[in-house]
Amino acid sequence: MTSLDTPMTEVVVTHAAEHTHDEAANSKLGFIVFLLSESVIFLSFFGGYILYKTTTPNWLPEGVTGLAVKEPLINTIVLVSSSFVIYFAERFLHRENLWGFRAFWLLTMAMGSYFLLGQAKEWSELSFGFTSGVFGGTFYLLTGFHGLHVLTGILLQTIMLLRSFIPGNYERGIFGVEATSLFWHFVDVIWIILFLLIYVWQ
Amino acid sequence: MTNIPVEAIAVKTPQPLPGAPDNWKRFFSFSTDHKVIGIQYLVTSFIFFLIGGFFAMIIRGELITPEADLVDRTIYNAMFTMHGTVMLFLWMFPSLVGLANYLVPLMIGARDMAFPRLNAAAFWMVPVVGILLMASFFVPGGPSQSGWWAYPPVSLQNPTGNLVNGQFLWLLAVAVSGVSSIMGAVNFVTTIVMMRAPGMTYFRMPAYVWTVLSAQIIQLYGLPALTAGAVMLLMDLTFGTSFFDPAKGGSPVLFQHFFWFYSHPAVYVIILPIFGVFSEIFPVFARKPLFGYKVVAISSIVITILSGTVWVHHMFASGTPGWMRMIFMFSTMAIAVPTGVKVFAWVATLWGGKLRLTTPMLFALGALLMFVFSGITGIMLASVPIDIHVNNTYFVVGHFHYVIFGAATMGMYAAIYHWFPKMTGRMYNEGLGQLHFWLTLIGANLNFFPMHPLGLMGMPRRVASYDPEFAFWNVLASIGAFLLGMSTLPFILNIVGSWVQGKKAPDNPWRAIGLEWLVSSPPPVENFEEIPVVVAEPYGYGKNEPLVENGKVIAATEI
Repeated sequence: MTSLDTPMTEVVVTHAAEHTHDEAANSKLGFIVFLLSESVIFLSFFGGYILYKTTTPNWLPEGVTGLAVKEPLINTIVLVSSSFVIYFAERFLHRENLWGFRAFWLLTMAMGSYFLLGQAKEWSELSFGFTSGVFGGTFYLLTGFHGLHVLTGILLQTIMLLRSFIPGNYERGIFGVEATSLFWHFVDVIWIILFLLIYVWQ
Repeated sequence: MTNIPVEAIAVKTPQPLPGAPDNWKRFFSFSTDHKVIGIQYLVTSFIFFLIGGFFAMIIRGELITPEADLVDRTIYNAMFTMHGTVMLFLWMFPSLVGLANYLVPLMIGARDMAFPRLNAAAFWMVPVVGILLMASFFVPGGPSQSGWWAYPPVSLQNPTGNLVNGQFLWLLAVAVSGVSSIMGAVNFVTTIVMMRAPGMTYFRMPAYVWTVLSAQIIQLYGLPALTAGAVMLLMDLTFGTSFFDPAKGGSPVLFQHFFWFYSHPAVYVIILPIFGVFSEIFPVFARKPLFGYKVVAISSIVITILSGTVWVHHMFASGTPGWMRMIFMFSTMAIAVPTGVKVFAWVATLWGGKLRLTTPMLFALGALLMFVFSGITGIMLASVPIDIHVNNTYFVVGHFHYVIFGAATMGMYAAIYHWFPKMTGRMYNEGLGQLHFWLTLIGANLNFFPMHPLGLMGMPRRVASYDPEFAFWNVLASIGAFLLGMSTLPFILNIVGSWVQGKKAPDNPWRAIGLEWLVSSPPPVENFEEIPVVVAEPYGYGKNEPLVENGKVIAATEI
């Protein structure tokens, strides 16, 4: 209810706010639905990996004894921790502490970049390639496809960080930040499964 | 101080440009209006339907004689590959998405889809898919020859050694089509969950909306599996990995799993919305409520769930172990239960109704008949002993053409005639429509029925030449095919002619119940001046209750 002497602009604003609210709710649901669908690609790759691993006679290519676990484990710890860091960044934004948000957000990006660099280092030191049988193929396919998601996450985070400097950026809600954060958690969970499948189960 | 409610102030929704429903130029623009996009989808996909049909004419022309004498065998292989690919990825999926695009927001009382720009982007990928596929005619070696299912190791052959070959473009096209479909599916699910008009609970949604929701959920869980398989096949083809190459330790059967995990449920992506069309059309032209509405609605969701558990029935002859065959035989047969529920509901709807045999009703009845036939052969194929016997024969080809052409395409025709007045504001020509129906029904049966005896006699699919003993049924099938080709002419004439200068259509020419019939024909850009408040279940024929607040009652006998 609004009284007659209220300026018309307020009425318009109320409606605009309702409208944005709907849009944000739509986007949120849409994004979750998209992520659920995206996870099926990973599930398919995982399923394929398990099938290959259990049925291929000579699983490891000649001269390969297995994968080193130590460095990937450190990588894993960094990536998984970054999920907590990004959660705190989001909390800061909810409390409208912009600098707290930016600091933790940047830390997340740094941790993600550390993970990617570690991955690249591991790739460059491996003695087998993409075409070294199904083992090589699945290894690079899974880690590469996941790495592409990490890279996408970091790019999204960069955009969100830059946009945080635009005045009035959060007047229409913080959906962009929430979605990026959700995406990051998704990428993390996928990595945990991937790590268990490829590195732990050898 | 007087208080006035905010709602009383007329809020003009910003109109998605460009412009009014009579401006034809908007069909060639990046419009975000779901109605424009719906028609863009329908027209584009119909053009591809004609192209795919032209390929079929070449195939049937080749098969009219036992010798391979009309086209080169490589061209023949390309023809059946492209025929299947175009008909599924450029006709069935986009046309159904187009219909749903047009109808869903109107039926649930929304002004547009949840993500209008995403919607437009998804549509404009369809021409890209078409261009990629057609471009494969111009690369060395020509289009893919591995059939629409692209089984390795056949699909891994690259005799020309070119990086850009027919199979490569095929995979690219399928990938782009997949992205477009996922974008559409996200949009539909969000729209249906979030944007329903006040009062429209889930069990007040038209059955068509239920089927679209069910079909799009299948896209979301199924399509990524095909994408995964396509990515791996592309790696094998282009970078020399060995996922599916048996010579290098790969597993071609895994590709079949990926492929069918999506491509069998994809049949339900196609047929479910057609079930929805049946559920909309039969009550209108029988003047009776849809029998067992809630059960019909739920059975769509049951099909969605079950359809994810049946894919191995395509692989009974792929070295599948016995226990797996048994499981998938049972799950496949189980899917006949919710489907059968629907068929009984439609028959019960028609039973004792006051039938009006208009063109959409004729097409819907014809499509239902064809569907029941394909359902019977489907149950036969689900049974392992029969499937092993007729696997990869024309029996299978006959079965799925009864589904894809008989049920789905004829159902699509029914939908186009039924909502044509709403979409264009013009009536179609009834005489031409009925001529179209009879040509289609006779042509389809003449074309596809002979494939069943051919398959039982042992004629394999995808051959350019065959034993002369198969000639009789093949000649019949080819005549049917040419008749079917001609049957599109009265349709095109009717649609184009009526759109340009047909009789003006009233808002509700069929005296139908549904939100889309409450608005003008064609609907205004914002769909509803005021969002209606739904107060009743759909299909209230003869129930003496209005669908919306302050709405008119439509009597059962009113015609």
